[in-house]
Amino acid sequence: MLDFVLSALTPLNLFLAIVSVVAGVVIGAIPGLTATMAIAVLTPFTFTMAPEAALITLAGIYMGAIYGGCFAAILVNTPGTPSSIATTFDGFPMAKRGQGQLAVNIATLASVFGGVFSVIVLLLLSPPLARVALAFGPPEYFWLAVLGLALVASLSEGQLLKGLLGACLGLLVAFVGSAVIGGDMRFTFDQPALVGGVNVVVALIGLFCIPVVLDLITRRDHHLHVPEEPASAREELGAAVGILASQKVNLVRSASIGTLVGALPAAGGAIGSLLAYSEARRNARNPEDYGKGEPGGIVASEAANNGTVGGGFIPTLVLGIPGTPPDAIILGALMVHGVRIGPNLFAEHGDIVYTFIFGLLIATILMLPVGLLVGRYAFRLIANIQKTALIPGILLMTILGTYAIHASFADVLMMLSLGFVAWVLTKAGFAIAPIVLGVVLGPIAEQGFVQSWLIGNAAGNIPAVFFGRPISIGIIVLIVLGLLWPVYLSFKKRKPNTSRSVSNAAL
Amino acid sequence: MKTLTKMTCAAAFGLAAAFSGPAMAADWPDQDVTYIIPFNPGGESDVTARMQEPFFAKITGKKFMFDYIVGAGGAAGWSQINSLPADGSTIMGVNTPHIFLQPQGGNVGYETDDINVVYIYQITPFALIVPADSPIETLEDYIAKAKAQPGAITVGGTGTNSAPNVAQVAFDAAAGITTTYIPFSGTSAVSAALLGNQVQAQWGFTTVGVNQGDEVRMLAVAMDERHPLFPDVPTFKEKGIDLVDGARRGVIVPADTPEETRQQMSDVFAEINRDPEMQKMMEEAGYVLLNVPYSEMDAYLAGLSENYEHVAELLGLNQ
Repeated sequence: MLDFVLSALTPLNLFLAIVSVVAGVVIGAIPGLTATMAIAVLTPFTFTMAPEAALITLAGIYMGAIYGGCFAAILVNTPGTPSSIATTFDGFPMAKRGQGQLAVNIATLASVFGGVFSVIVLLLLSPPLARVALAFGPPEYFWLAVLGLALVASLSEGQLLKGLLGACLGLLVAFVGSAVIGGDMRFTFDQPALVGGVNVVVALIGLFCIPVVLDLITRRDHHLHVPEEPASAREELGAAVGILASQKVNLVRSASIGTLVGALPAAGGAIGSLLAYSEARRNARNPEDYGKGEPGGIVASEAANNGTVGGGFIPTLVLGIPGTPPDAIILGALMVHGVRIGPNLFAEHGDIVYTFIFGLLIATILMLPVGLLVGRYAFRLIANIQKTALIPGILLMTILGTYAIHASFADVLMMLSLGFVAWVLTKAGFAIAPIVLGVVLGPIAEQGFVQSWLIGNAAGNIPAVFFGRPISIGIIVLIVLGLLWPVYLSFKKRKPNTSRSVSNAAL
Repeated sequence: MKTLTKMTCAAAFGLAAAFSGPAMAADWPDQDVTYIIPFNPGGESDVTARMQEPFFAKITGKKFMFDYIVGAGGAAGWSQINSLPADGSTIMGVNTPHIFLQPQGGNVGYETDDINVVYIYQITPFALIVPADSPIETLEDYIAKAKAQPGAITVGGTGTNSAPNVAQVAFDAAAGITTTYIPFSGTSAVSAALLGNQVQAQWGFTTVGVNQGDEVRMLAVAMDERHPLFPDVPTFKEKGIDLVDGARRGVIVPADTPEETRQQMSDVFAEINRDPEMQKMMEEAGYVLLNVPYSEMDAYLAGLSENYEHVAELLGLNQ
C-alpha cells in the first residue's frame, strides 16, 4: 500500500492534482460549465500521460468542480452544477445577510470531509458496496425520487399548495421531449428543438439565476450585505470549524448518503445532496431554520455532493458501470489508454487503481487550502462589486454558460423564458426549490415507476414490486416519517401551550 | 453604391473560390477537422471516434477537434448537420438504426434522406445477455421459457424504438415468442439492472460482454460468424434464427459538401480501418470493423432501409 501512496506523491502527480483541483473549482463555480463538460474537454490532453496520472487529473477536476459549484450557489444563488442545488437553500440567505465568507468556509470544510470520507470508503469497502448498489432496482429509484420530492412538503411549510403547484410545474418541464419509455413526443409542439427535452442545467440556470438578476435590477438595495467590520480570515475559519464540530452527526450522515447514492448508477449527484439535505432537516433540532440560512443545510448538501464523487467510482471500478456521467467519460478515457475496465480491473491493474485512489485522496485534501484561499476573495469580489457591473457580468456568464452546454441558441431562449416565468412566480409567492425538485427528480420517478409497473405486470404482481421489497419498504418508512414528522412536531408544540392556557384559565 | 458592394462581394467570393477550390480538390483534409459527436462524451460513439483520432493524425497530419451536440438520442445533432459548413471542415458521427427509425416516430427535425453518409466504419453486433448466475443457460432455455409463459421474461435495453428495442422485436418475431421489454435511460442503468437481477435479460451489444466480463453470459450474438473474443458464444444463425444486425457507426457530412471531398473522406476512413493496430483495438473492445465506402453507400443504405421498414411495423411506428 505504501508504494501506491508514494507513487501518488511523485512531484508530477502532486502537480497534476493541484492544477486539476484549481481548474475544477473554477469550472464548477461558473454556472453552465459542469464537471461532465470540463472532463470531456480535457480528456484528450490526458491521452499522452501515464494512465494513473490521467486518472488523477480527471478525478481532481471532477472533485474540484463538484465543490466549486458551491461558490455560485452561495454568492449568486445559482448552483454551478446540479449537485449544489441544495447548497443554495441556505447558502444564499447566509450570504445575503453578510455571512458569505462563513458559508463558503463551511462549504469548503464539509466538501473536503465528504470527499475524503467517500474516497476512504472507495478504498476499503468498494466490492460490498457495489453489491448493495445493485440491489437498487427501478422500484427503489422510484421511491428515492419520491423521498426527494417529499422535501417539497417540508420546504414549503405554510405554503403547501404553492409548493405542490411549483413541483407540478417542474414535472411538466421534465416531461418535455421524447419519452425514454414509450418514445412518445410530449409537449414538443412539433418543434425539433424540444425533442431532446429541457436540459437540467439550462433549467437550473434559468430558474435560479434569472430571478436573482431581475430582482437586482428592480430593487434598490445592494446584492449582498457586507459586514461593517469584516472578521479576520482566522476568525471566520474558526467559526466555520466550530459550526462543523457541532454538526458531526449531520456531517457523517450526509457524507454516507452521498457516497451510497453516488454508487447508484442511475441516481447522480443532485439527488444525493437533496436527500442528505432532507434528512438533515428532519433530524435537526431547528428544522424551521432550514431554508433561511442554516449552516447545517450547507454542511449536508456539500458533504453529500462530494461524497457522490468517491461513491460514483465504486461501481465504475468494481463493475465497469459508471456511477455518474463524469465517471462514464473517465471510463472512456481509460479504454483509450488500453486499460481494460470491468470486474478484472482491480486484479489486472491494481497498481493503477490504488495509485489513483490515493491521488484522488490527495487532490481532495488539496481542496482545503485552494478553497479557503479562493473563498476569501470570491465573497469580497462579489459583495463589493458595483451592481452596474455585477448584473451584466452575471447575465453574460449565464448566457455563455447556457450556450456552451450544447452550442444551442434554443437553450438560451429556453433558459431566459424559464427564468422570466420563475421570476413572475416568485412575485406571486412561489418558491423556486419545489419547481427545481420537480425538474430534477421527475424523470427518475417517472422511469422508475413505469419500469416497476412493466416488471410487475410481467410477473403478474404489481403491488409486490412496489411494496414487497425490503429496501423499498425502508425508503417508504422514511417518506412517511418525513411527511408525518412536522405534523407530530406541531402537535407536540401545541400541547404544552394548551395546557398552559388551561392552567392560566384555572388561575 | 449598392451595385458596387455587390460587385466587391462577388469579387471576394470569386477570389475565395479560386483559392479554396484547387486546395480542396488537392487534398482532404487541408485543416483540422471538427468531428461532432451527437452523443454524450464517454459513450461508445465518443470512444470509437477517439480511437480513430491517432490514426487520422498519422495518415493526414491533421487533427480531429471533438465537439458534442447531444440530445434526443442523436437527433439534436443530425437535425443540424445540413446547416454546418460544407467545406470538409466539419463531419459528424452517425448511427443506424437511429436515422431510419427516429423520423418515423415524429418530427425530429430531419428526414432519413437529409443524412449524407460518407463512410460506415463499424458495427456493434447485438447480443442477448443474462447474468452469470441466471438459470437461463442457453438460447434454447430462453425461448422455451418465453414460450411457456408469454411476456413473463423481462428484458432490459436502452431507450424505446432504439437499437436494443429493434433487436428485441426482430428476435421475438423470428423466434415466435413474446417478452416484456423494459427501457432504461442509458447503458449504465441497464447494465446495473441486469447485474442486480432486476431484469432477467438484456438486449445489448458484444461490448457488454467485454465490459462486464465474467459477471454476464451472452446467449448468442447477431453476427455471421462468432466474435473472435467470444469463441464459445454461438451466433443466432447457428441456432436457426436469422438475426445478423447491430448498431452501425459512420460519418456524415453537410449536404453541400463536394462529391470529391466525400470520396477523399471515405478513402481516409478506409485507411484508418486498414491499420492493424486499429483493428486490434476495436476487436479487443468488442466492436467489429465494417467497411462501407462512399461509392457503395446508396445501395447499402437502401438495403438497410428496407429491413428497418419491416422492424418499424413491428414496433408499431408509421401507423
